[in-house]
Amino acid sequence: MSLLEIRNLSVEFTTAYGQFRAVDAVDLDVDQGDVVAIVGESGSGKSVAMLALMGLLPWTAKVQADRLSFDGKDLTSLEPKQRRRIIGKDMAMIFQEPMTSLNPCFTVGFQITEAMKVHLGGTRAERRRRAVELLDQVGIPEPETRLSAFPHQMSGGMNQRVMIAMSIACNPRLLIADEPTTALDVTIQAQILELLLSLQRDRGMALVLITHDMGVVAETAQRVMVQYAGQQVERRDVVGLFSTPAHPYTAALLDALPERSRGKRLPSIPGVVPGQLDRPDGCLFNPRCRFATDLCRSRPPGRGSPEQGAALCHYPLQGGEPSGYPPDLLDQLRRQAAEEARSA
Amino acid sequence: MNQAQTQDQTQVLKAVDLTRHYAVRRSPFSKPATVKALGGASFILNAGQTLAVVGESGCGKSTLARLVTLIEKPTSGTLEIGGLEVTSAGQQTIKSLHKTVQIVFQDPYGSLNPRQKIGTILQEPLKINTNLSAAERRAAAEKMMARVGLRPEHYDRYPHMFSGGQRQRIAIARALMLNPKIVILDEPVSALDVSIQAQVLNLLADLQEEFNLAFLFISHDLSVVRHIADEVIVMYLGRPVEHGSRDEIFANPQHPYTRALLSATPMADPNRKRARIKLTGELPSPINPPSGCPFHPRCHYAKDRCRQEVPVMQPAGASQVSCHGVEEGRITD
Repeated sequence: MSLLEIRNLSVEFTTAYGQFRAVDAVDLDVDQGDVVAIVGESGSGKSVAMLALMGLLPWTAKVQADRLSFDGKDLTSLEPKQRRRIIGKDMAMIFQEPMTSLNPCFTVGFQITEAMKVHLGGTRAERRRRAVELLDQVGIPEPETRLSAFPHQMSGGMNQRVMIAMSIACNPRLLIADEPTTALDVTIQAQILELLLSLQRDRGMALVLITHDMGVVAETAQRVMVQYAGQQVERRDVVGLFSTPAHPYTAALLDALPERSRGKRLPSIPGVVPGQLDRPDGCLFNPRCRFATDLCRSRPPGRGSPEQGAALCHYPLQGGEPSGYPPDLLDQLRRQAAEEARSA
Repeated sequence: MNQAQTQDQTQVLKAVDLTRHYAVRRSPFSKPATVKALGGASFILNAGQTLAVVGESGCGKSTLARLVTLIEKPTSGTLEIGGLEVTSAGQQTIKSLHKTVQIVFQDPYGSLNPRQKIGTILQEPLKINTNLSAAERRAAAEKMMARVGLRPEHYDRYPHMFSGGQRQRIAIARALMLNPKIVILDEPVSALDVSIQAQVLNLLADLQEEFNLAFLFISHDLSVVRHIADEVIVMYLGRPVEHGSRDEIFANPQHPYTRALLSATPMADPNRKRARIKLTGELPSPINPPSGCPFHPRCHYAKDRCRQEVPVMQPAGASQVSCHGVEEGRITD
C-alpha cells in the first residue's frame, strides 16, 4: 500500500459566476522514497490540489475525493483534531514565497520550535538544541545566532532554508514542496534542490515537488504528473516524458523551451490557459492544440493506456505523430511537416 | 538589403567604465557607507543586436538598466548614446535622448497603471514627447497594438482584464511608441509561463528585426539568454567578470563563476548526468565586499593573490575575463 493515495480528487470553488472546478479528477500515488513532480503552468491547479490534501483551503472550497488516504488513514473521515496531528508532522509542506510565508513578527527560532512544541513536546532547551541542529543541517552558518534573527534580516535563500528546516523539524514522511526555488537565484536553487534530495535519500522521505520549471523536473524527479486546467493530462516516468511525450500539451510545452529550440523562432503554444468563463467543450486543450479535430471539440477524451502516459487525449502521440488519427488529416500533417523541414 | 547591412553595424550606445555608487546611512549617527552597486562596466551596443547581461540578484544588472535609461546619472565613467555624450549633457539633450532609449520592466502587474486604459497608457509617451494631435496619437497606438498582437477592442480596457503575457505585450508596445533605437529589457519573460514566454520571445525577435532595435537584455535565465543574445556579459557583485560572444560564453566559459552558473542551470534532459560545480555560501553584501576579487570567498581556485588584488578585464581566448586564475593559466578543465 502506498504512503499517500489520492483517487479522483476534485476541488470546486463557488464564485460569483457559479461553480469553478480548479482541480478535476486528480489521482496520485506516492511511496516511501519517491520523488514525484507535478508540473503545469500557473492556473493549472497544482498548488490547490496539494493544499486540499493538507486541508489548508478556505471554507469556500468544496473538496471531494473517492479516496484520500495517508499511511492507511482516511483523511476525509478523520476528525479535524486527529487530522491536525498528522499535518505538519508526518506530512509537511514548503510554501512558495519564503518572504511572505514566514511571520515577520516572530524570530526564526520561535517559528521553528513552534511546530516541535505542538507535535513533539519536550523541554524548551531540547527544542532549541534541535532547532540549531536543523539550521545547521540546511546549511545556515552560525545557527545559534540566527535563531534570534527575524525573517527580514535574512536573504530569500536563507528564508527558504528556514522554511525547509521548519517543515522537516518533525521528521515528516511526506514533504510537499510548492515551487521551493522559484524566487531564488540559480546557484542557490541548485543548493536547495540538492538539500531536498539528500533529505529524501537519507531518510527515505517521499517528496512531491510542485514546479513549472521543466529543467528542475528533469534533474530531480522520478515520476511526473503534467497538469493542465485542473486535469492531469499525462502521468509518466521522467525519461519517457522528456523523450516521447504522449500528450500534445506536454510535447508543445517541451518544444517551447528555449534550450530545446533549433531555430530563431520558438514553437509557441497559441492562446492562454482557459479560465472559468471560457472553458471549451470537449478536450480542454483543443483550442490550443495543433492536432484538434471535431471529435476533440465535442467530446472530452478518455484516459490512454499507462504505456501511453495515461494521456488524457483522443489521439495520444506515438513517435511524434498522433495515433488513431483520421488518415486524410495524418497525410496533411505529414505533408506540412515535410514542407516545414524543407523551408528550414 | 545593402542599407540594412550597413545599419546592422551602427553603434548606438557606448559605455566606458560606468560606475554607480550609492551612499547609505544605516543609522542616523553613523557615517554613510558606500554601496558600489556597479563598478566599471564597459560595452558597446549595435543596432539590431542583443547584448545580454546575466547574473544573480544584487549583481548590479538593474542599476545598469537605470543608468542606460538615464533614470540615474553614473558616478563616474562615460555613456554615449547615438554619438552624444550623456554624462555632461544638459537637460534638453537628455530629454531628447529619452526618446531613443526605452525600457520594459520585469513585472507586468506592477508596471502598468491600473487606473488607465490601454489606449491612454500607449498614448502617454506621445503626449509628453511629441506634438501629434489626438487623432494621430490614437492611430499610432492602434497601429502598435496590432503590431504586438493585441486586438483593437483592447484599446478601451484596463490592465486587470489582461493576462501576464498580454500585459507584457502592452508594456512592449508602450516602449516602442516613440520609435526608440535602444530597448532595455529587464527580465521581460521571467514572470511568464513557458508557453507564453515563447510567444513573447518570438515577438521580441520579430520587432528587433523590423525596427532594427538594439536590445540590452537583462536576465538570470541562461537558457533564454542562450536563445536570444548575440553577446553576453556575466556580472558578479557589481562587476563584469566575463564578456564575450554568446557561442564563446556557452561553449567555452572561462571564469569560475560563469562555469558555476552554467552548471547550476537545470537542463530539461533527464539523461544528461554531469558533475555540478557546487558553490557554497551566498552573495556577499555590496556594502562590505570581500577584498581583492569579489568572488574569492566562493571560488575553488582562490589563491593569495585573489584575496588581495582586484582583477581587471583582460582578453582571454575570444572573450574578456577578469580573473587572476585565468590570466595565470591555473584554471583548466
